Amino acid sequence: MLSIKDLHVHYGGIHAIKGISLEVPRGKVVTLIGANGAGKSSTLRAIAGIVKKSSGSIELEGREISGLAPEDIVKSGIMMAPEGRKILPHLTVLENLMLGAFSRNDPGGIDRDLAWVYELFPRLKERAWQKGGTLSGGEQQMLAVGRALMGSPSLLMLDEPSLGLAPILVKDVFDIIQAINNEGKTVLLVEQNAYAALKIADAAYVLEVGRIVLSGTGKQLLNDPKVREAYLGG
Amino acid sequence: MSLAMFVQHLLNGLTLGSLYALIAIGYTMVYGILRLINFAHGEIFMLGAYFVFWGVTLFRLPWFIAVIGAIVVTSFAGIIVDRVAYKPLRNAPRISALISAIGVSFFLQNFAIVVFSAIPREVQRPAWLVKVIIVGKVRILPLTLVVPALSFVLMMGLLYVVYKTKPGLGMRAISRDIETSRLMGVPVNRIIALTFGMGSALAAASGIMWALRYPQLQPVMGVIPGFKAFIAAVFGGIGSIQGAVIGGLILGLMEIMIVAFMPSLAGFRDAFAFILLIIILLIMPTGLMGEKLEDKV
Repeated sequence: MLSIKDLHVHYGGIHAIKGISLEVPRGKVVTLIGANGAGKSSTLRAIAGIVKKSSGSIELEGREISGLAPEDIVKSGIMMAPEGRKILPHLTVLENLMLGAFSRNDPGGIDRDLAWVYELFPRLKERAWQKGGTLSGGEQQMLAVGRALMGSPSLLMLDEPSLGLAPILVKDVFDIIQAINNEGKTVLLVEQNAYAALKIADAAYVLEVGRIVLSGTGKQLLNDPKVREAYLGG
Repeated sequence: MSLAMFVQHLLNGLTLGSLYALIAIGYTMVYGILRLINFAHGEIFMLGAYFVFWGVTLFRLPWFIAVIGAIVVTSFAGIIVDRVAYKPLRNAPRISALISAIGVSFFLQNFAIVVFSAIPREVQRPAWLVKVIIVGKVRILPLTLVVPALSFVLMMGLLYVVYKTKPGLGMRAISRDIETSRLMGVPVNRIIALTFGMGSALAAASGIMWALRYPQLQPVMGVIPGFKAFIAAVFGGIGSIQGAVIGGLILGLMEIMIVAFMPSLAGFRDAFAFILLIIILLIMPTGLMGEKLEDKV
């Protein structure tokens, strides 16, 4: 559904993405792995319209979206849970969730998605009236994912959802991602936790300093000697 | 001083304070979202006053229609100021937008001199607003009841929009984190335009009531109230709407009371506000209700 061809992005003089091409097929989980500064987040930010491409194309269902404003990209069905969660600390949990639904005007659908998010993350329901800033790191991550789901995306982008979480929570995060995918959402996942990401990914791309150096199914990359050495600790 | 006198001063103070508060809200909302002191805000206040009296004298509109019309036209003036003078500078250093704001302020003053002329104009007030009512020993100008009451209604309306509606949620989100708001689909430029529109509407309402209270129009009439409302916003904690209201009320009451209790200092009434500003900036720069400057861990 999402197709990126020869994408280049410059960030204040730095050539952050140097010609990336990738495909995200409908209904799949696709992951981008790589070290810090490899261009994973920049790729997601370019898709979301927060950074402008220098050249190349980003097509959603055959329609070019790379020139659109971020709010129009959201309307076309792409939502992102950004790196660092970016919860609005002064808004309540419920307000944060409703912010995710900002572009929608279908109260019935919003109510259904809110019920679904509360089912996925019962903690958020318990804390609906608490300020976002009072949540623990794990709860904030749930909120970031739930908030993105409130936009009813066909493509959900997750940037480092396991970053900074206790190991026991990391497993929960990946279970939830699979549960979301089973509901028919396509997922584009950026992760430093390469092992966990590759295990649930249908397809994966390895990025190094702005280029894709390797791609394949999650399983292929899990067994690839180069990947094992560089990202999975041998 | 008798109790009756005190009540009269209190009403005068509340009236002046409400007018400051309405202007201060516009400063604080724009600052909250763009971190910009909109120095043209005092001129927006002035435009609101002129527009309504244009409507009444030139077009012979009924007061009610002229007031609504002037508020609407002034809101659009505020939105145009943003579009022309601030929007192109969104990604520029903050000082550029600030200089642009000062430029717009001068431009609008001179625009008013050209269009409305520099000669001060007298305002013909509806008689019932200035017909003194005597309650016991207290002499009450109906205006000093109407102004605080109307201001209260406007402020409640504003708080409703900010805290209970979707555009208000967008405003509160943008004020904290523009990029994340964009990622969530908030149309940032539309919300910013709405913020300018609402702030300008309140400034226009204040300007109109100011002209009823002090019935003279002139192109520079927005300068001193604008500065004082800015001080009120800083005093209350810039970025906080509640702070702007409290700051405005306290400043208005203080000004009237100082003049009432120390008539010999009446000539210095404008200086008090600026002394207050210096003291606040020295001892509590975030104001009464401002966000504490916390170090993020």
